[in-house]
Amino acid sequence: MRRSATGRLRLAAVLTVASLGLLACGSDSGTETAEPAASSSAGGAESDVRVGLAYDVGGRGDRSFNDAAAAGLDQAKTELGVEGQELSPNAQGTDRGDNLRSLAEEGYNPIFAVGFAYAEELGTIATDFPETTFFIIDDSSVEAPNVKGLVFAEEQGSFLVGAAAALKSTTNSVGFIGGVQTPLLEKFEAGFVAGAKQVKPDIELQTAYLSQPPDFSGFGDPAAGQEAANGMFDAGADVIYAAAGGSGLGVFQSALANDALGIGVDSDQYESIGASNPELQPVILTSMLKRVDVAVFDALQAFVRRRGDPCRHDLRPRGRRRRLLHLRWPGRRHRRAARGAEGADRQRRDHGPQHAVADRSPRGRRTLPVRRPLR
Amino acid sequence: MTTTVEAPPGGAPERTSRVAAPLGRRVLLAVAAPLAAAVFALLVSSVALLASGNPPLEVYSKMLTDGTQLRSVLITINNAVPLYLAGVAVAIGFRMALFNIGVEGQYALAALLAASVGAAVQLPGALHIGLVLLVAIAVGASWAGVAAVLKVTRGVSEVISTILLNVIAAGIAAFLLAEHLQKRVEGSNNSATPPLPESARFPNLNGLLDGLGITAPQGTNLGGFVLVAIVVGVLYWVLVNRSLFGFEMKAVGINPFAARASGVHTKRTTVITLLLSGGVAGLVGLAQVLGTSYSYGLSFTAGLGFTGIGVALLGRNSPIGIAFAALLFAFLERSSSTLQFIDVPTEIYVIMQGAIVLSVVVAYEAVRRIAATQAERAVRHATEEIAA
Repeated sequence: MRRSATGRLRLAAVLTVASLGLLACGSDSGTETAEPAASSSAGGAESDVRVGLAYDVGGRGDRSFNDAAAAGLDQAKTELGVEGQELSPNAQGTDRGDNLRSLAEEGYNPIFAVGFAYAEELGTIATDFPETTFFIIDDSSVEAPNVKGLVFAEEQGSFLVGAAAALKSTTNSVGFIGGVQTPLLEKFEAGFVAGAKQVKPDIELQTAYLSQPPDFSGFGDPAAGQEAANGMFDAGADVIYAAAGGSGLGVFQSALANDALGIGVDSDQYESIGASNPELQPVILTSMLKRVDVAVFDALQAFVRRRGDPCRHDLRPRGRRRRLLHLRWPGRRHRRAARGAEGADRQRRDHGPQHAVADRSPRGRRTLPVRRPLR
Repeated sequence: MTTTVEAPPGGAPERTSRVAAPLGRRVLLAVAAPLAAAVFALLVSSVALLASGNPPLEVYSKMLTDGTQLRSVLITINNAVPLYLAGVAVAIGFRMALFNIGVEGQYALAALLAASVGAAVQLPGALHIGLVLLVAIAVGASWAGVAAVLKVTRGVSEVISTILLNVIAAGIAAFLLAEHLQKRVEGSNNSATPPLPESARFPNLNGLLDGLGITAPQGTNLGGFVLVAIVVGVLYWVLVNRSLFGFEMKAVGINPFAARASGVHTKRTTVITLLLSGGVAGLVGLAQVLGTSYSYGLSFTAGLGFTGIGVALLGRNSPIGIAFAALLFAFLERSSSTLQFIDVPTEIYVIMQGAIVLSVVVAYEAVRRIAATQAERAVRHATEEIAA
């Protein structure tokens, strides 16, 4: 069967726009960046901020999660003029905590911990270095005044690609392939399933994970991805969402062989995989972008400008978020104006993880009908 | 072999000198293997460094200066502990030519269940830790026991069965963690067992360091689990060098038929060896569970079982050798972290590890063959002389 190229493109365009909207963050920056003081301090590409970035296993070059964080840092280097030091853990990840500590000791500030696996050790390290600001991606459980969690509503973007998959399916059957079965990946799955069912309640769904923790090979095993996808295509699916990092390549290869479609994750894989495997481009329907790069850049921008807060990144429109924030901290801008920049800085540090606002709001829960993940 | 040369009676002075020469050469050969291995490994690493655009000498000196700082030394020792235990677990099997590739699954399952049991009970300090250790050893041993039973009753090669048991163990551990044993924390994407109570946490040895006049840098401890590793090392030494069972193991390993003919119960030896290997494997993950993370979760270190094979090979199955190998691996690991500050890619250490293991294995095998050829030649000369 032949698919209409224009239809695919139109859908892709819609989804790309949607995923770019994932960054509905920046809190009150909408009004405040307009202030003359802010624009003058932010415009120059000179800064004495030295950023430390500790990747999760895989490091820079994984064409997925870590690379997205790296892209955020690179953007900050050129646009904000910050300096950066990156560290990757060893293959077993035994030196995550040591790396974080080394960065703090060398005086890097702020420091990014890329991945929830850092949460365990970040608590004590943050207490040992109270003057350093830490950002941790994918976690909001660390309770420390100088730790901020950057979390994402993965289920919302996955909901959209779930809907897209269901709309494009002619066999009324779609599949989800996750890299490693962790709670984080189950959020992707839940969103995808909900999205597909929203569009076609009677759709058939298949799910599979490539490896089980603590074996994280499922994020870098294209052969396993291909095999799992082959099985799903054989069982009647014709669109598969591959939330599996580097293993997605195998899913797309299987899609090409089976005249079906695949959906990518984390970066625009139509471009990133297409660069090395152009023959796969026709089968990549779209990609769900979590925009870790935007989160990293945004957090850095907020840090350099000494204003604003990074927060939970989701698809919520900006206006509503601002209202939520005002509910939480009434008169905040007022106080900041009275205290001056220094007070604002202290306030920024004292806030703690702000994403909690979005997390706990009844609205956030209502946007998405969360369903039990299929097994 | 050389004893055969010395055996013929009636030592002419000329012959003594000829016997002495191979002896000197033998000493040379003994030093040659590690030396050749070191040179070759350095060579390969240097080529890799040059290829990635880093001056090798500068890198090596940075490794040395960073690696000898107190913090690095402590981290190296701490990271060497699980590697050492994994190495010993594999080496116990190697002693009787059993290839326990299942250390990986044995220690994951053992750590998960030990962490869960430890979190579920309340006991006074030493007893609590003792119980956790016991559970880990029992779980590791029983998982290895499955392979042992399959081997002695059905003749299933332990290589195949332990690899497959790894897969099953990974599945069981993931299932148990996700469905039964985890305790979710608000805002966290981790899934982990409930944290161990204070009484089950292994004390660190910073007090001991203070006694020696060394103050551990902030945030770095000398993990107490190093004591467990030392005890296991001593027991392993006693087992292989000073016990009848160790001798039987070796005998079965070299020639099972001859061993059985001379009265060794080979099946029982096989089972006990695999149980011991699995028991030690069970301890591998506890350095982390009892010493740093206090729970078994998604960030639990995987892959130590496979690294342990390299450690055992490098340490040539000797208790001291494995310790050096584990320390070397941990040192390289630590270096991979500090070297990133001078922009050396972290993958370099994997290349170095591989180069070292390969060159050691190749060098010892090469030296063994050279020694064998020389001994053969010496025997031939000696017999020719006697014949003449």
